[in-house]
Amino acid sequence: MKKFERLDGLVAPLDRANVDTDLIIPKQFLKSIKRTGFGPNLFDELRYLDEGYPGQDTSSRPLNPDFVLNQSRYQGAQVLLARRNFGCGSSREHAPWALDDFGFRVVIAPSFADIFYNNSFKNGILLITLDEATVERLFQETEASEGYRLDIDLDAQTITTPSGDVIAFDADPFRKHCLLEGLDDIGLTLEQSGAIRDFESRHRAAQPWLFRDA
Amino acid sequence: MSSRTLYDKLWAQHLVTSRDDGSALIYIDRHLLHEVTSPQAFEGLRLAGRKPWRRDANLATPDHNVPTTLKERSAGNAGILDSVSRIQVETLDANCESFDIEEFRINDERQGIVHVVGPEQGATLPGMTVVCGDSHTATHGAFAALSHGIGTSEVEHVLATQCLIAQKMKNMQVRVEGKLGLGVTAKDIVLAVIGRIGTAGGTGYAIEFAGSAIRELSMEGRMTICNMAIEAGARVGLVAVDDNTIEYLRGRPYAPSVEQWPAAVEAWRNLVSDEGAHFDKVVELDAAEIEPQVTWGTSPEMVVNVSATVPDPAGASDETVERGMKRALEYMGLEAGQKITDIQLDKVFIGSCTNSRIEDLREAAKVARGRKVADNIQLAMVVPGSGLVKRLAEAEGLDKIFIEAGFEWREPGCSMCLAMNADKLGAGERCASTSNRNFEGRQGYGGRTHLVSPAMAAAAAIEGHFVDVRDYDYAPAATMSA
Ligand code: SF4
Repeated sequence: MKKFERLDGLVAPLDRANVDTDLIIPKQFLKSIKRTGFGPNLFDELRYLDEGYPGQDTSSRPLNPDFVLNQSRYQGAQVLLARRNFGCGSSREHAPWALDDFGFRVVIAPSFADIFYNNSFKNGILLITLDEATVERLFQETEASEGYRLDIDLDAQTITTPSGDVIAFDADPFRKHCLLEGLDDIGLTLEQSGAIRDFESRHRAAQPWLFRDA
Repeated sequence: MSSRTLYDKLWAQHLVTSRDDGSALIYIDRHLLHEVTSPQAFEGLRLAGRKPWRRDANLATPDHNVPTTLKERSAGNAGILDSVSRIQVETLDANCESFDIEEFRINDERQGIVHVVGPEQGATLPGMTVVCGDSHTATHGAFAALSHGIGTSEVEHVLATQCLIAQKMKNMQVRVEGKLGLGVTAKDIVLAVIGRIGTAGGTGYAIEFAGSAIRELSMEGRMTICNMAIEAGARVGLVAVDDNTIEYLRGRPYAPSVEQWPAAVEAWRNLVSDEGAHFDKVVELDAAEIEPQVTWGTSPEMVVNVSATVPDPAGASDETVERGMKRALEYMGLEAGQKITDIQLDKVFIGSCTNSRIEDLREAAKVARGRKVADNIQLAMVVPGSGLVKRLAEAEGLDKIFIEAGFEWREPGCSMCLAMNADKLGAGERCASTSNRNFEGRQGYGGRTHLVSPAMAAAAAIEGHFVDVRDYDYAPAATMSA
C-alpha cells in the first residue's frame, strides 16, 4: 500500500455529521470493476447540480457553487476536516478510493465508522480522531483563514497548526507501522502461513462440519 | 474459566495469532461474495499470482445489479440492459470460474440476496466466522456466527489467507424484555433500538440482542434485527443459539450431515453468553412499549412512532444535530409537526436483505389480502430475497394475493434497496420501504425513503399514506416460526 509519513496539506472543511459512504460515492459508480477513477464523482450529489452517471465527462456538468470543495480557496486540498461518524453505512471501499483519487490523504473527525476506518488504512489514507472541541476549533480556524494548512507527522503523531500549536493524536501501532512502511498486509499475513495451517487443522478436527471438502 | 460473552467465545475460537499491539489474525470459516465488491479483489489476487486459500469456504451470487422484471430476467445476463452492470455480473461469473468458487448464477433458483442465500442454504452456521464485502453481513449473527462486513482489500486478504486482521470489539447487550404488541415486528424493535442509541451508538461494539422478546422471534425476525446492527454503527449483531436456531438449520443443503449433526448441536448449545458475563454497555427496552416505527429523515436514527409527528429541529440536543435535522426535513420535503399518518406516498418497496424472507412476505400478504393498492401509489413492488423464497411464496399463493391487490411480483435481488439496477425512485418521489437505509439518494437520485416493517409498508400501499397497522383488521402471524 501507499506510504504515509508526513504531509503539509491544505485543509477543506465538510461541516456535516453522519456523512455516509453513499454520499461519498453514490451507487451508480460502484459498477466499475477498477480501483481508480472515482475522484471526479467524489461527493457527486453534493458537488454537481445534476444527476451523475458512470463514464460521463464530468467537466461539462453544472457545479453546485455552495459545495465547499467547489470553492476556489479549497482547490488542491489534501486534508478533509469532517464531523462525527464520518463514513457510516455501506462497506464500499470505493469511498476511500474516491477520496484518494480526488487527492485527500488525511481525514480528521471526532469519530469514524468502523468499516470505513479499516478500508481507509488499507489505502494509505490516514484517519485522525480528535475530540469534538478540537475539531470545532479547527473548523473555525480553517474557515477564518484562507490557505489554512496543517502539518501532519505520523511518526511523531502530531498535527502542527499554522500558528505553531501542536496537537497530539492517537494511532493504532500496527496500522501506523504499515502506513509508515507502506506494507502489503497480505504478504505479512502469508508469512504466518504455518500458524494458519496449524490452526486450520485443529479447527477441522474440532468442527469438521465447517469444512465441506472433507 | 470466568464468564464470557457469546462474542468473547466466538473471538477466542477463531484466534490464530495475536500481536502485542492488540491486533490479531482471526480465521474465517465462510466468505460470501457478490459482484460489486469483489472484482478488484480478484484482480489483486491475479496481479500478485495468488490463489484462494480454501475454495470450499467461498460462496458467490450476483444480487445488486440483477434485473427483477421477468422479461429481462429470463434472458439471463444478457437481460441486464445497462452494459456496465452486465460486465460486473459477467466478471463475477468469470472470476468464480477461473478461481473455482461455487456460484449461484443469475437464474439459478438458489440465487438471491447474499444475506438471504447464506442462511437459507445452511451455509451460515453457529460458531462460524462469516464475512462478505457488504456491511449487512451482520445479518448472519442471528445464528450466533461472528459475522461482519469487510472492504474489498479485506475480501482479497480473506481469499488469499483465509484470515482477517482484526481487533477485538467491545461487548454491548441490547435486552428487549416482554411481549411485543400485535402488529409490532422485529423491524420495529431494531428501528426503536437505533432511535435510542443513534447511528454511531454501536461503533466499536459487537451487539448481542437478548431478552424474552428476542427469544420469541423466529430466525427471520432475528436476521432482520442483526441485519440493522450496522445501522446502529455496530459491525456485529448476535443472537445466542436456541432451539429455533437448530431447527431452522436441520436438513439445509450446507448444514452438517446426519452423522455430524449430534456433535454439531452439542457444540452449538454452548454458543450463549455465560451467566454473569460482562458487557461494557447494556441497553434495555420494554417490548410492550414499542410501537410501529417510521423513519422521517435521511438517517435511520431519524425515526419515530407511527402515532407521532415529524420532530422539530429546535428541540435538537446540539447545533450539529439541529443542522442535520433541518437539512433532512428539506430533503424529505416535510414540515416539523406534521403527522406521520398524513404523509402521502408515491411508491412502496417490500424487499431487501432486511425484509424479503418468507415471513416478511406472509406478513405483508396478510395486510394486502382482498384489498387494493391506493390510486396515488404509482408502483408497489414485492421483491423476494431469493429464488427459493419466491418459489415458497408462490406455493403458498402469496404472489396471487399481491398481484390481485395491485402489487408487482418480481424476481429476486437487491432491487430498489439501493437502486443499482433499473428499480429506482425518481427525484422527489416518496417511498415506504422495508429496506435498511434512508440516506439521501439511496433509492434513486433525489428519492425520499421512509423505513418501515413489511406490514406497515403493505398498509401504506393500500391507504396511500402511513397508517398504524395495529388499527388494521388483519391477522398478524404468530411470532414463533411454525
Ligand atoms: S438488499 Fe440492500 S442492503 Fe442488502 S445487500 Fe442488497 S443492497 Fe445491500
